[in-house]
Amino acid sequence: MPKNVKIRRGANIKLAGVAERIKGDAPFPASFAIKPTDFHGLTPKMVLKEGAEVKAGQEIFHDKYNDKVKYTAPVSGEISEVVRGAKRRILEVRIVPDKEQKYETFDVSGITTGENVKEVLMASGFWPMIKQRPYDVVADPMTKPKAIFVSAFDSAPLGADYDFVLHGQKEAFQRGLDALKLMTDGKVHLSTRGGSTPDEVFSSASGVEKNTFSGPHPAGNVGIQIHHIDPINKGDKVWTVNAQHVMMIGRFLMTGKPDFSKTIAIAGSEVKKPRYMTTIVGASMRALIEGEINEGSNRIISGNLLTGDAVGAEGYLGFYHDVVTVIPEGNEPQFMGWLTPNFHKFSLSRSYFSWLMPNKKYSLNTNQNGEDRAFVVTGEYESVLPMDIYPVYLLKAIMTKDIEKMENLGIYEVAPEDLALCEYACTSKTPVQDILREGLDLAQEELG
Amino acid sequence: MKFLQDLMFNKIRPNFAKGGKFEKYYKAYEAMETFAFVPPHTTHSGAHIRDAIDLKRTMFLVVIALVPSLLFGMWNTGHQYYLSIGEMTGLMDGMIDKLLFGAIRVLPLVIVSYVVGLGIEFGVAVAKNHSVNEGYLVSGMLIPLVLPSELPLWMAAVATAFAVIIGKEVFGGTGMNILNPALTARAFLFFAYPTKMSGNMVWIPQESGMAQVDGYTGETLLSQAYNAPAGTEFGSVAYNAAGEPFGSLAETMSASFWGWIPGSIGETSAFAILIGAAILLYTGIGSWRIMLSFLVGGLAMSSIFNAWGANSFMMVHPIQQLLMGSFLFGMVFMATDPVSAAQTNTGKWIYGFFAGFFGIMIRVFNPAYPEGIMMAILFMNVMAPLIDHYVVQANINRRMKRAKLATA
Repeated sequence: MPKNVKIRRGANIKLAGVAERIKGDAPFPASFAIKPTDFHGLTPKMVLKEGAEVKAGQEIFHDKYNDKVKYTAPVSGEISEVVRGAKRRILEVRIVPDKEQKYETFDVSGITTGENVKEVLMASGFWPMIKQRPYDVVADPMTKPKAIFVSAFDSAPLGADYDFVLHGQKEAFQRGLDALKLMTDGKVHLSTRGGSTPDEVFSSASGVEKNTFSGPHPAGNVGIQIHHIDPINKGDKVWTVNAQHVMMIGRFLMTGKPDFSKTIAIAGSEVKKPRYMTTIVGASMRALIEGEINEGSNRIISGNLLTGDAVGAEGYLGFYHDVVTVIPEGNEPQFMGWLTPNFHKFSLSRSYFSWLMPNKKYSLNTNQNGEDRAFVVTGEYESVLPMDIYPVYLLKAIMTKDIEKMENLGIYEVAPEDLALCEYACTSKTPVQDILREGLDLAQEELG
Repeated sequence: MKFLQDLMFNKIRPNFAKGGKFEKYYKAYEAMETFAFVPPHTTHSGAHIRDAIDLKRTMFLVVIALVPSLLFGMWNTGHQYYLSIGEMTGLMDGMIDKLLFGAIRVLPLVIVSYVVGLGIEFGVAVAKNHSVNEGYLVSGMLIPLVLPSELPLWMAAVATAFAVIIGKEVFGGTGMNILNPALTARAFLFFAYPTKMSGNMVWIPQESGMAQVDGYTGETLLSQAYNAPAGTEFGSVAYNAAGEPFGSLAETMSASFWGWIPGSIGETSAFAILIGAAILLYTGIGSWRIMLSFLVGGLAMSSIFNAWGANSFMMVHPIQQLLMGSFLFGMVFMATDPVSAAQTNTGKWIYGFFAGFFGIMIRVFNPAYPEGIMMAILFMNVMAPLIDHYVVQANINRRMKRAKLATA
């Protein structure tokens, strides 16, 4: 049965710099990078060395524990540098692209089973687009998921509008859904925003269970949707795929050409003309923001404000990200800042005056607005987490490394992004997402 | 402000930094600096933007909410005194004199509470090298407000030290404590120095050489209700500090609502407390679930007593029962302390209800002293983790049941 769910708990943070519905091409970047750190828990095994020539779709490294899951170059060119961090961990593999792009070719005819789909996706580097819950990691191709979930909208502040991004990509999107369907015995769930008419790309989708979710963020988070449609129990595995990735998989399966181009939003209060751009996975930030942002001390984030990575101007677009957000850094002390009325600050509580101006769009900076403290205020997390879960108890179980309790309190059902709003709202400035990630790692290690 | 910052902090910061002369006292210095300036810390992991609220703002708003009770308490201390000696007995007479008289009695208590409490907090922070928590900003104001104005200052100091050390710091500081620190201070005084915390002699200041008017007893309304002869209707026999009867239930209620009756400094005026409650509820800092269920619990118990009616204290009108003593003050400022209250939403309903319910029950049954809100809240503080445990367990059971259904 399709479900129409009304989410009540959550919050929309109204920010300046929402991307306008205009699409353009970003300048072709002078450098690309594929970052093993984008794929949580991956141990990469390099196949090519610095200086090697690659074609788009050609393997650069693979998963050390499953050599079939390949991570490939998004563009053709020369591997210019392998950037390593502490303990020689690989952080980035940089590629200087060719002028003329060359593509690997894959045979996509005669795909009739899930195994066929898996094989071609793993070989071409599209497989990591499929993620698994619990643990929010790249899906294990050896498993068969209970169901596959696709969210057709992003409710995060300054998130990309998939109705616009995927407009006109009906066939590729449908092809992607069909491919997903082959890989599960259960359903493929597509959840659109309730109370509005989704773009044709979603409304015409067939062979899937269509659900609607209305209400504030995190209604668009696939984790919240899973919780309300078909919650994850112990032992269950479900897969999730970002809507644009569904289209990219479909596009690849239609042509056999490993095309990693995607549309991203460039947004935030420091962006001169927030809008959409077409670029390629792993593009350098330089190409995306050059001349686009205001002067000053800015934080350049690959991904959205609540979950993205601060990559800086010399960084690269993350594999899973379809937003680049630029906001001012907040590294100026403020005199008696906790005491003054602060009309420019936003709070979900009414302790500041932001509740007087419900339609004002805020330009928030990265100041933490306070110091780290022990848990004091209660009820904050619950009011922005629309799940039947006690987040503070779960976090405390993680802090004390009590695996059984973590399991009982529902760690299988959550990913860091689902609790991002809790982190935003926290009076004690607790690093919620880091703690949860630690717990997920621990649970995965102990429970598998 | 740049000037101030340079003068006060940038110059002396190196002394407190690692390797500086006063390195050991860095946490104390940090508390001062972050008090004056919201620090330039930016987010370094997870969400890049954070809500504007922090613990300083939260605690400060509670202090604001306490200000009406504090101001009224000062005036009332003066008013009760002048009433007892038969001068300026009108409500509007000698406003300034009464306020000043009260301020001289009340402010030293406030200062002692803050100096002793914050002194210990800073000392512990330096010794254990953790940040000074803002929780004491509120506790430091709550403690004097639940004391009688005649309490010797050294007792207030001892009680504060006990509350901060035994009530809070031994557990690890704000956020880790089990009992409400302000109530711990009051309970300590109540058991250590009962003659200074109860009876008829502690509520109204006395000056040597000033004789009290005829009929003066110094009794609180609760004590009157407790001692009211069987068969009388409390509302119509209650009297004020000068021994003049209020005359009717409506008049007694009105005096209790506005608060010109004897009692602890901050607890007498329902009106001032309700202003505070409005601030706490509107800003979302005080839990409406706890306040509402506390009120319902108190009403339920006093209605049950009404129906039972074994003595005249039980027969006190439920509304009058709630307006007297520390019921409302406990409901708005004590029970809602997020650390010592239940933490789950369902738990808050249960916790609040029973705190109010037992509060009135203990008040009426207590053979030693006609009040029980403090005891009831402390008791429910202890019970809160148990309540939460069962609420969370229910959540776990739901999840287990769901898993079972799915595999079946």
